[in-house]
Amino acid sequence: MDGYFGIALALIASTLRVSTPLLFASLGGLVSERSGVVNIALEGMMLVGAFGAAVVALSSGSPWLGAAAGAAAGLVFAVFYALIVIQLRADQIVAGTAMNMLAAGATPFLSKILYDSTGSTPGLPIDARFQFAPVVLAWAFVLLVWLWIAYTPSGMWLRFAGEKPEALEAAGVRVNRVRWTSVMLSGALAGIGGASLSIFLASSFSRNMTAGRGFMALAALIFGKWKPFPTAVACLLFGFADALQIRLQGVILWGTEPVPVQFIQILPYLATILVLAGLVGRSRAPRALGLPFRKP
Amino acid sequence: MSAFFSILRKLQPLIAVLLGLSLGLAVTMLAGEDPFNVLMILGRSAFGSPYDFGMTLFYATPLIFTGLAVAVPFHAGLFNIGAEGQLTMGALAAATVGIMFPSVSWPLAPLLGVLAAFSGGALWGFIPGWLRAKRGSHEVINTIMLNFVAAGLASWVTLYLLKNPDSQNPETSAVGPGYLLRHFEFFGDAPLSTALLLAIAAALAIWVFLFKTVKGFELRAVGQSERAAETGGISAARERILAMALGGGLAGLVGIGEVLGNAGRFKLGFSPEFGFIGIAVALLARNRPIGILLSALLFGALHKGASDLDLETENVTRDLSLILQSLIIVSVTAEGLWDWMRKRNVQPRIGGDV
Repeated sequence: MDGYFGIALALIASTLRVSTPLLFASLGGLVSERSGVVNIALEGMMLVGAFGAAVVALSSGSPWLGAAAGAAAGLVFAVFYALIVIQLRADQIVAGTAMNMLAAGATPFLSKILYDSTGSTPGLPIDARFQFAPVVLAWAFVLLVWLWIAYTPSGMWLRFAGEKPEALEAAGVRVNRVRWTSVMLSGALAGIGGASLSIFLASSFSRNMTAGRGFMALAALIFGKWKPFPTAVACLLFGFADALQIRLQGVILWGTEPVPVQFIQILPYLATILVLAGLVGRSRAPRALGLPFRKP
Repeated sequence: MSAFFSILRKLQPLIAVLLGLSLGLAVTMLAGEDPFNVLMILGRSAFGSPYDFGMTLFYATPLIFTGLAVAVPFHAGLFNIGAEGQLTMGALAAATVGIMFPSVSWPLAPLLGVLAAFSGGALWGFIPGWLRAKRGSHEVINTIMLNFVAAGLASWVTLYLLKNPDSQNPETSAVGPGYLLRHFEFFGDAPLSTALLLAIAAALAIWVFLFKTVKGFELRAVGQSERAAETGGISAARERILAMALGGGLAGLVGIGEVLGNAGRFKLGFSPEFGFIGIAVALLARNRPIGILLSALLFGALHKGASDLDLETENVTRDLSLILQSLIIVSVTAEGLWDWMRKRNVQPRIGGDV
């Protein structure tokens, strides 16, 4: 029994760890989408955040400065995204896809210039990495974002920008200003999510290291019906699937073949499809999601 | 003046390409390279020899299919960003048929392969089409999710069911010899197969279908105005499911060039995101099938051109192609940029966007 207890404990710890990048990124997605801006670009924001964090943590030796750089990198990237989709009214899905391509191309491009390698950045010493701080920070942010959206005036602006932008504009609040702020905040959060990949879970930035986590964060956001705590629970659930899948890799439970972990990997995505189809509960997007706002 | 701007509007894709290219090349100065030199390398590597041009066409082939896969649903008002998953399922289906029935001989075998590839992709397009039409859930999210599901399934089938026993690589065993397509000798070692002709034929067929048939008109009517279409007795649900399944099937045909025309088997991760580049291809061509042939050629050339940057420059790598592609997409899609150019020069029209 002791063995099983140990395994369970290790699984819980590992679930908390691997769900941390997802938590940050999906909170970022939540802030942007509740304000009415689709965020397919989460993947790219995470990727530049992971890169920026690795570079600064390496040169400064401080994980905190690294995380701040991750947030800054995500934010700058988000400014570019906001410029394209809010100011230039580009299609948000197309632009998001382009941003992801840009991040996938720009990070190895910069890595080559800085370190003469497109594969990965040099490894970080243990002092330049986080041990557990991001886990705590992530849950603190869940609480903060929830309080902000539910109980503050600016949180209400955010909700109105996503549900009824005309009403908000009529009340004298500039919709596009609210959306700009939300998208930038979204970039910073997703950037920290990326940072917690490169300087917490791993010890360097490697090419395309987000590997679809931005999209998984998006899935968690939809699964959590665009609400902070349900979204966080979805991140835990998806994190658990990920941890389980890592734990079972190559393990032979029955017969002679290892367990096909692919089926565990696809569970979060299947679950999201079912929730969205209303087969398990119902998930409704903010009403004005994806619609550029022009002054009437 | 308005004539001038209507010409400008027509040239918009070209201007966008030039803008995106210049921005991207300017970025190479960051890496201490001469942008003009990089451009020359791109051009030489894409078109410099029959082999190079053959490779450009080889990359253009899947992009024609994925461009069409995005365009057809777009005409019905749907956004298919699931071409990546659909092409995976198509290629996997073609390989599965080729492995299960290895002794089928030449004319029948590739036909069977085409059918399998189309069906595999069509199934993966049908699902989000059906979900949108019957359950109202958004196809963008569902296609993203299905991309990952397809990747998981393909990985399972490749590593557990059809694994090539003679290799450590994540690939299936080989399809029967009767399935393999012929290569064009003119292009030397480039694995350019008759799949290119299939792609061109598909583009022409889709053009005829969309713009010259009643069915195609109905499909586009739903994209123009759902309510008007329904009033005219067209079932929007049916057209949407059809558009997604057809789009998925077209993406699935990517498997022909890869499995029957190149590798002779399914290799995990063979696609450098052809499905996503297909969005750019369709967008640049404004979803016109014939335009897609040209824009697929451009993106194929960028992909091939950038592949030689690793060797020929000090600091710029093939990743530049991703940067160039993303900047081109942004320039094409930034509506406000074009409005701004126009507004600065003409009087606002009365009545707005009618």
